[in-house]
Amino acid sequence: MSSVEASTVPTLSAEAIFERQSPGVEALKRLARHRSARVGFIILFSLILIAIFADVIAPFSYREVLRGVTRRDTPCVHLFGCPEGESEHLMGIDSNRRDLFSRIIYGSRLSLQIGLSTITFAIVLGGLIGAAAGYTGGWVDNILMRIMDVLMAFPSLLLAIFIVTVLGPGLINALLAIGFISIPIYARLIRATILSVKELDYVSASRALGASPIRLLFTRILPNALTPLIVRGTLGIATAILDAAALSFLGLGAQNPTPEWGLMLGQEKGSIFNAPHLVFFPGLAIMLTVLSFNLIGDGLRDALDPRLRGKAA
Amino acid sequence: MVTFIVVRLIPGDPCKAFLGERATEAKCDAFRERYGLNDSIPVQFVRYLQNLAHGDLGLSIKTSQPVVDVIAQRLPMTVELAVGAMLFSTIGGVALGLISALRRNSAIDVMTMVIANIGVSMPVFWLGLMLAYLFALILKDTPFYIPPSARLTSGISIIPLAKYWGLENLEGLSKFVVSFLSNSVIFNSLIRADWKMLKDALWHLILPSIAVGTIPLAVIARMTRSSLLEVLGLDYIRTARAKGLVEPKVISRHAFRNALIPIVTIIGLETGALLSGAVLTETVFALPGVGTQLVTAIEARDYAVVQGFTIIIALVFVVVNLIVDLSYAYLDPRIRLD
Repeated sequence: MSSVEASTVPTLSAEAIFERQSPGVEALKRLARHRSARVGFIILFSLILIAIFADVIAPFSYREVLRGVTRRDTPCVHLFGCPEGESEHLMGIDSNRRDLFSRIIYGSRLSLQIGLSTITFAIVLGGLIGAAAGYTGGWVDNILMRIMDVLMAFPSLLLAIFIVTVLGPGLINALLAIGFISIPIYARLIRATILSVKELDYVSASRALGASPIRLLFTRILPNALTPLIVRGTLGIATAILDAAALSFLGLGAQNPTPEWGLMLGQEKGSIFNAPHLVFFPGLAIMLTVLSFNLIGDGLRDALDPRLRGKAA
Repeated sequence: MVTFIVVRLIPGDPCKAFLGERATEAKCDAFRERYGLNDSIPVQFVRYLQNLAHGDLGLSIKTSQPVVDVIAQRLPMTVELAVGAMLFSTIGGVALGLISALRRNSAIDVMTMVIANIGVSMPVFWLGLMLAYLFALILKDTPFYIPPSARLTSGISIIPLAKYWGLENLEGLSKFVVSFLSNSVIFNSLIRADWKMLKDALWHLILPSIAVGTIPLAVIARMTRSSLLEVLGLDYIRTARAKGLVEPKVISRHAFRNALIPIVTIIGLETGALLSGAVLTETVFALPGVGTQLVTAIEARDYAVVQGFTIIIALVFVVVNLIVDLSYAYLDPRIRLD
């Protein structure tokens, strides 16, 4: 943040150099200018709104079996020439005679919860493991990190399938499995941060002043891990949602009648040739959700990169 | 070892799973005796390791077939699919990444990166189903029709190579190798010069390969682009241009070769995604590979098969990444293998 660096950027005036904003504000501004992050935020905010107001938006309950409709009926939208007399089904009817649109709307709640809960779980546990390994060092470090290496030696989704087999199929178990396979990433990240700053002067100074190890860890060392953690976490949510959908698709995750998008896809995969809309819409929903987190993650990485500080995004 | 412990932790009694819920205790005892499930878990583990060292992965509890035979039957399909997907993703990804790096901020670049972003966000199985719908139903009566499922058109079936070569009494490793090659439809038809079958096999492989390869393709394209852009900004590229080298030579000899290491690394790491993708996609396209077998074996608590397959998959993953590590020395002469 030296003035030399800033002066190479022609867009900044002399006043701007003196009135540099805090790095946080600057990063937020860069994020707001980031084109793909903006798209990501728009999708995500709409999703959150849909999830909050699902009861208002969805015309039916997600488990309501409708009367007087045909199984796997094509979408009926009044705007596109569906007779006014018939009730409107924006995305058609599924094999159990439920309104697909309502199920997709309710599914947004589940999807966001899945992403947030698994990654929070992984960050907390991974953080503890990484902190223990990095801070104590020695054989504790060795054992913990070798375990993490073993976990990373398996293709992650296969490991998740494996864990769910041990625990038994079900949404909670699938989430535990996905949280579990994400642990090594965060453990490594936290450990690397701790190792890189643990011996620096400001930490030693703090220690010399009598700060307890816990205080050192939380107020002096871990804030350094925040930036990579936010970026990895956002991208991790995207992967977690995809993996959860895959497990449900195989029948190992959420069970009927839970409105889980992956499950909806798995149950209707046989209808692909006679009722493709039943496969298309849940998949589209998954894709948009995952896309929004991926875009925001990319935007965050660019915005928080200290090498780009002071430059236009 | 991890595999072994985790599989034993799966709740449920294999005896009940195979002989039915009403199996008598006496029958169950005989069953456990036969498959060595009566001994304590450490004893089972040591015996398993001994057998493993001899290339014996045990018997499938469900079909009483040696697990090695099941692997020789199922693995070729998955390997073919993974190789097909890898070719698709590597060629496509590197090409797209190259174009977007060279035409930075052009329409092609923006398009590629948008597609790459969407590509990494798609569920594999959804893409597979949509491709099947597009090529098998919408394009049904056009020359672009591609069959959506199964390994071969019904009516065509493979002739075992062991019979073809007249080697019926093989044992051990050679039996495994011949059986493996024989069950690889592409290799089998090549050996017997059966072009019709080869064409059919390749034709059936197109859609699954695209489905499995798309996510790695997107990742590889992004990595190629950023890696090449980074190298292109370095001083020695300016030097190369200044001394009058033509642009294609600057790119191919100076820039691309130095950008290759991160690209090759990501290709190795994407093998994991390919293998997971293959498991999901085989279900969609009804392909008789490791993935479909693994799912049934897990449901049936067929310990030996689940273990054997997991070991094989982890082994493939490790070997591919070892090859990647070894290739560094070739790509960058400064890296020496000791």
